[in-house]
Amino acid sequence: MEFGMVFVTLAIVFGLYMTWGVGANDVANAMGTSVGSGAITIRNAIIIAGIFEFSGAFLAGGHVTGTIRKGIIDASMMPSPEILVFGMLAALLAAGIWLMVASYYGWPVSTTHTIVGSLIGFGLVGLGAEAVEWRKVASIVASWVVSPILGATLAFLLAQSVRKLILDTEEPFRNAKRYGPVYVFFMGVLIALVTLFKGLTHLDLELTQWQTVGIALAVGLVVAAAGKVLLDRVRVDAEADRDFHFASVEKVFAPLCVFTACSMAFAHGSNDVANGIGPLAAVVTAVKTNQVTQESSLPLWILALGGGGIVLGLVTMGYRVMRTIGTKITELTPSRGFCAELAAAATVVIASRLGLPVSTTHIIVGAVLGVGLARGVAAIDLRVVLGIVTSWLVTLPIGAALAAFFFFFFKGLFL
Amino acid sequence: MRSTNPIAALFGKSPIRPMQKHMAVVAECAARLGPLVAALQVGDWSRIAEIKDEIFALESEADDLKNEIRSLLPRFMMLPVDRRDLLDLLSSQDDIADAAQDVAGLLSVRRMAVPAELADKVEVFAARNIAAVSQCRDVINELDELLATSFRGRSADKVLAMVDELAGIESEADALGMELAAALFELEDDLEPLDVFFWYKLVHMMGRIADQAENVGDRIRLLIAR
Repeated sequence: MEFGMVFVTLAIVFGLYMTWGVGANDVANAMGTSVGSGAITIRNAIIIAGIFEFSGAFLAGGHVTGTIRKGIIDASMMPSPEILVFGMLAALLAAGIWLMVASYYGWPVSTTHTIVGSLIGFGLVGLGAEAVEWRKVASIVASWVVSPILGATLAFLLAQSVRKLILDTEEPFRNAKRYGPVYVFFMGVLIALVTLFKGLTHLDLELTQWQTVGIALAVGLVVAAAGKVLLDRVRVDAEADRDFHFASVEKVFAPLCVFTACSMAFAHGSNDVANGIGPLAAVVTAVKTNQVTQESSLPLWILALGGGGIVLGLVTMGYRVMRTIGTKITELTPSRGFCAELAAAATVVIASRLGLPVSTTHIIVGAVLGVGLARGVAAIDLRVVLGIVTSWLVTLPIGAALAAFFFFFFKGLFL
Repeated sequence: MRSTNPIAALFGKSPIRPMQKHMAVVAECAARLGPLVAALQVGDWSRIAEIKDEIFALESEADDLKNEIRSLLPRFMMLPVDRRDLLDLLSSQDDIADAAQDVAGLLSVRRMAVPAELADKVEVFAARNIAAVSQCRDVINELDELLATSFRGRSADKVLAMVDELAGIESEADALGMELAAALFELEDDLEPLDVFFWYKLVHMMGRIADQAENVGDRIRLLIAR
């Protein structure tokens, strides 16, 4: 393909910029509750995020990447591979610019919504309405409504169970130590299951059903054991308990939040890496094969690049956003942060496995509302929810319009 | 970089600690009635004026805190309890300080001599009213524990028991107030009519302190019952 290397280079630059943005902004949102509740330090959050965002992107990022890459636009409608390349570059550029503008004004815009809107815009204008896989789009948009509600429901139920099993008992401190590893066990099993279940084919790892279940249970047991070791080290702080009777109990939730933070980072990496590398992967295969078909599998280096981009964003700017959040959410106790984050991580990881690009930030907000509905948070500003819904409605058409514009720009420039 | 991060913006400032701070100031204000009555017994008017100033300053501090807390509770804040109930609770807390202020105001303006027959009874009555307020403060100090268990279960039961105790103290204060009034009635012929009038008034004003404290308890009941 003429200008092939130019296109790939551009795609890598734009894709890296997108994943950098994910690392800079969205990781902090995903892990903010742990940092804000004081359960983990910013430094530890960065280390956890670095490791688990990358693992999530590399091990479980393929499904959503597939959706972005070939699920929304019907590649067979593409007249030439060049058109596909221009469209994907336009989508990346449009999303990048809209996110930059939104960041500048502080609007709660979702990276995921932006890239999906951009892809639809390119499909509509560049190829015609019939090139857009509307059924897939409908299921994605439905998931944007369902996923925060699922996050809220799970968080509500978790908050109720933590209250019944731990906080509202005769010996909350002992029960926190007793049930803490159980929560961690289920989290470990769930993440391992959704990651392993026909999910590691890109690493040439084919597991039978029983192997999958066996490994998932083993992972659950290992993390539960690790949890138990950490929890056993927590001691009662009688001094702090005098002022607030649950001070020691909350101290037990701090190490538990390390596990939910890991889960959240993994889930986030597995979902959000696609926003940057989905279009990148489409460009790379189109240039390489000079065909519009996207049958070839996702090159591993692209997943690694996406994971790396997230980590880069995290270390260059994410820690600052994390600090901002950490200092602003001081009203959240570790037990509540734990419930919200666990619920959000579970929701995101399930969506990732289903190949649904969802907004992690919105799910976290949903989960916090769920804990709030369980009468667990002192004050939640509902205007934020309104702002999210508004920016949600605005982002799709603007992403689409920008992508359409850049599509014609690239087409005019190179054809 | 986002100037208003959605996650950071999602969390409002908790009204719980400020409510407890407000109650602490109110309790401090009511507790000053102890030294006030002691000064009244010995007719130390300059000391009374001093304590009155302290009580007025504390009452105004409580007012400021009350307004700050109200600004934390706009309509768009989702709270674990009904917003109206919380605002009513705050008003009730503040009423205690107002009641204490009324007593201090009267005693600083009108130089009232304490008849020997009433001396002990006034002291005991004042102490019981102050005790009601300090019980009330202990109840409010449990608000953060209540939030921890989502206003249910053991913390709620414990707080309800404390509220019952508060109601008990209020009844005792009522009885002591009646005793004081009865003793006053016996003295009516020996005292100046205007003095009699103001002594009845003082008994009534002091009794309002425990009444308002009990009101706070009732508000807490509503908060838990929702």
